[in-house]
Amino acid sequence: MTQPARHAAMLSISNSGPNTMAGEKQQSTQHMHTQSQPSQGLRVPSNRKTIYDRHLNRSRSAELSRASFAFLFAEMVTYAQRRVTGIQDLERRLNEQGYPLGLRLLDLLYYRTMSSSTSSSLSSSSTSASPPNRPLRILPLLHLIHGPLWRLLFNRPADALEHSVSPETPNEYMITDNDPLVNTYISVPKEMSMLNCAAFVAGIIEGVCDGCGFEAKVTAHNQPTEMWPGRTIFLLRFGESVMEREKVLERAGVK
Amino acid sequence: MSYYFTILSPTDVPLFNIAFGTSKSGGDGIARFRFPDTAQYMNQFIIHSSLDVVEEAQWMNGNMYLKHIDTYPPASAYISAFLTPSGARFLLLHQPPQLPSNSAGAGGSMSGSLLLGSGGSSSRASASSVAANPTSPQTEEAVRQFMTEVYENYVKTVMSPFYRQGMEIKSSVFRGRVTAAGRKWL
Repeated sequence: MTQPARHAAMLSISNSGPNTMAGEKQQSTQHMHTQSQPSQGLRVPSNRKTIYDRHLNRSRSAELSRASFAFLFAEMVTYAQRRVTGIQDLERRLNEQGYPLGLRLLDLLYYRTMSSSTSSSLSSSSTSASPPNRPLRILPLLHLIHGPLWRLLFNRPADALEHSVSPETPNEYMITDNDPLVNTYISVPKEMSMLNCAAFVAGIIEGVCDGCGFEAKVTAHNQPTEMWPGRTIFLLRFGESVMEREKVLERAGVK
Repeated sequence: MSYYFTILSPTDVPLFNIAFGTSKSGGDGIARFRFPDTAQYMNQFIIHSSLDVVEEAQWMNGNMYLKHIDTYPPASAYISAFLTPSGARFLLLHQPPQLPSNSAGAGGSMSGSLLLGSGGSSSRASASSVAANPTSPQTEEAVRQFMTEVYENYVKTVMSPFYRQGMEIKSSVFRGRVTAAGRKWL
């Protein structure tokens, strides 16, 4: 009751930053001092900085330790491997882990492109003008994934973008990554040679497609070549509704 | 000018809504809708009925801010829309203050609302053309700025690991930020 302003600024979501651990520890000690105050069950970092006070571009050029990423990803695969019935089931679970990430990255990607119209590192190919346009057709969407999204995730564009040549499957597109970062430290046992842990990245792509309103199924497949033993193809299969809309938009002249 | 702002998920679930009034030209930031008795649910009806127009405009125009897209003349409500890339819809209903001259035609049964609507704030706001004209370029620009600022905070919400798509946004800080954006631009 003594400090109503303090509680007014409280947040329902705890802070997600590099100093989360430190912040939470301090917070818990602080809670002991302030237990006499009415608690709303909400916690705020000790420095009063909620996620809304942090700038979204702050960590833009920051780089993560590859070792810690490899460790975390290996743990994710192990976690997904529990209670699965087979390789397909395992890939489905990895896909589901990536999906929410895709939805989030989409918003973040547009926000960063919007707020930095001067630097064009992210806004190449499909999104040249600022503010960037939402993709309306399949091709701009694929360029968005191939270019800006890949750069955001892996700091380089994907290696190839192809359309299925078969007339029976006009709804299939392929994005190739010669050496996926996620698979760098994953050794797949022989009896599971079909498994590709880049199913996680396929899930991210699926999230991006779905977020943009393009219903799609995305799967990751091994396609090793002599030069690139880890080459992975992401197969995007767009749904019937998307193809129908594509035809309508083509007639209407929407790009 | 009175505003009703709402965020809808891609599957039309309301995630957030807030009603506020203008803070420009002497407004006190309190919403004064023309029909205060029914405004609470009528505003929601009007906003949701514009979703069809949004879904049509969505595929014709790749911009995130779709500008003023729909009008509901009986309540002289104007609706502006903003689409996030991940499919969430920001809809803003704005209703210019009731001018004393056209108040007679608006309906005699709403005498209670006339007292509120044509109060001191409306005469002050109508003096400024920006506030009184919801389709002017200045208003469009102000709404765009407001939407962009809300979008920034929305992205921050979405990036939280404890938020999943389609969850209601309950954060009081977010509400405070939207209110501040409204005060700043509208």
